[in-house]
Amino acid sequence: MRSSHRQRGLGRLPTLAETILGGAAGSYVDREVDHAFAHDGTGVLAREAWREMGEPPLPAPERCSILFDHIAPANTGTTATLQAELRAFSRTCGMHFSEIGEGICHQLMSEGRVLPGDVVVGADSHTCTMGAFGAFATGVGATEMAAIWSSGSTWFKVPETIGIVLDGRCTGAAEAKDCALEYVRRLGMDGATYRALEFIGEGTSALSMDSRLTLANMAVETGAKAGMMYADATTRAYLAAYGRDIAVQRPENPGYVQELTIDCTDLVPLITPPHRVDRAVPVERYESTPLDQVFVGTCTNGRFEDLLRFGRIVKDKRVKARTIVVPASRPVLERCIETGVLSWIVGAGCSVGVPGCGPCLGAHMGVLGEGETALSTANRNFKNRMGVGAEYYLASPATAAASALAGAIAVPEVP
Amino acid sequence: MIEKGRAVCLGADIDTDCIIAGRYLRTRDRSVWASHVFEDLDPALASRLAGAVIVAGKNFGCGSSREQAPVALKEAGVVAVVAPSFARIFFRNAINVGLPVIEADGVSCADGEAIAFSLDEHWIEVGGRRIPVHPLSPRMQEILAAGGLVALWRQRQ
Repeated sequence: MRSSHRQRGLGRLPTLAETILGGAAGSYVDREVDHAFAHDGTGVLAREAWREMGEPPLPAPERCSILFDHIAPANTGTTATLQAELRAFSRTCGMHFSEIGEGICHQLMSEGRVLPGDVVVGADSHTCTMGAFGAFATGVGATEMAAIWSSGSTWFKVPETIGIVLDGRCTGAAEAKDCALEYVRRLGMDGATYRALEFIGEGTSALSMDSRLTLANMAVETGAKAGMMYADATTRAYLAAYGRDIAVQRPENPGYVQELTIDCTDLVPLITPPHRVDRAVPVERYESTPLDQVFVGTCTNGRFEDLLRFGRIVKDKRVKARTIVVPASRPVLERCIETGVLSWIVGAGCSVGVPGCGPCLGAHMGVLGEGETALSTANRNFKNRMGVGAEYYLASPATAAASALAGAIAVPEVP
Repeated sequence: MIEKGRAVCLGADIDTDCIIAGRYLRTRDRSVWASHVFEDLDPALASRLAGAVIVAGKNFGCGSSREQAPVALKEAGVVAVVAPSFARIFFRNAINVGLPVIEADGVSCADGEAIAFSLDEHWIEVGGRRIPVHPLSPRMQEILAAGGLVALWRQRQ
């Protein structure tokens, strides 16, 4: 693929996005998709569009999924009815279906389903998370999803790519989330609109898959179409545990439209105050701000590594703010049980929710009241998102743990 | 074809939570979205959108993939949205549901001012000034001309 690009006169090596989509930046391509999924929120409209299209048969139902995570379990009779219709729809079409409590769509797709080189579309903006595997993964809307389910393919404009070079490794109390908040701050909320991000450098290679997923997850907060990393030995070992054998992808310094270097060794724990996602500052700037609620979970930070880090800090102590912990999936919850991490978390006085999105989108299971202040490990702090008239800060699981114990925003100690 | 509307001016980085809040998504009743559109920004705005051309700052529609955002605008009577840039999922969603979105730099106007635009000829006119706009790709023009992706699919069957 790379040499053929050269022959076609690209004049430089192709980016990961160009390689996977099979075209030069700026060109339009039609691509079959390897995975096309929606959740209980976007699935309702996707099913509506599919019905308006005349209920066409799905050419590849095994590539299509509906995964319940947004309001799971249902909060009202209306939601329950809409969910029942979606269940029946997925059965009729022969799609993969994932029931309430199985977990967040992006986490489930990351548990051995998405492979390097795949083209992944999800009716959810954080579908970019899957770029951590060296896949091209991007969010689409509900009508588009109905058309993709019905045709097996869609069109893409091949994006230009911004290279994010992570130098050095996180030391001290900083972690992948702090790095994510930092690149979002540096790029801004539309700094990568219509473009893809490629994470490279020693700091990227040093990251675990859980951490890479955190980094890729927030790509959309800069407007990016995708946030990608090359599959390497770490990716290979992670997927081998799910019985998947993959070849690694080798970065070859393609021509980036822009490069951004972040020195991870300099990073300190960061916090993003309400209501813009690109305003991260050192946590100490907001130290001692009283908190009503702490929420740990989501497609950004609800993985085992996150809960382990949180659990180690709160173990044998008692939280002062009400604290909700929601594992990203049932396997994450099971691992927390097996390793004892769950007992540390529950023992510290935290509430544990059903694997799923939890209160992130302000729909149920931890909605904030007017005038309340919270700290969340999620990816968005838009006004009123977690509750009308509430304020919430974004930070890492370690910062969430230190803050939960203090009942106020606190800087995590160096582990 | 020339289309017309009255300007409703908004700021930059208008997110989809702000266009239609998550608490109103669990329904199939489109009128619910139309009546609560922009509620967290300005509760009075929804009633002013019939025949409106929204003129916004950069990065309009950032955030979630919820298609209810462009559907809410369309149901409320919005004729088109004009901005220097859009979040890409919103942009694609708008085209797919048949809501014209127009990328243009340097459009300045006051609330209520008359706006005319032509999607085929790639311009927008406000205050006697005609401003060129970024043309849509041929594929997007085709979807929009059909009235959206579902309509295009049905035409082709």
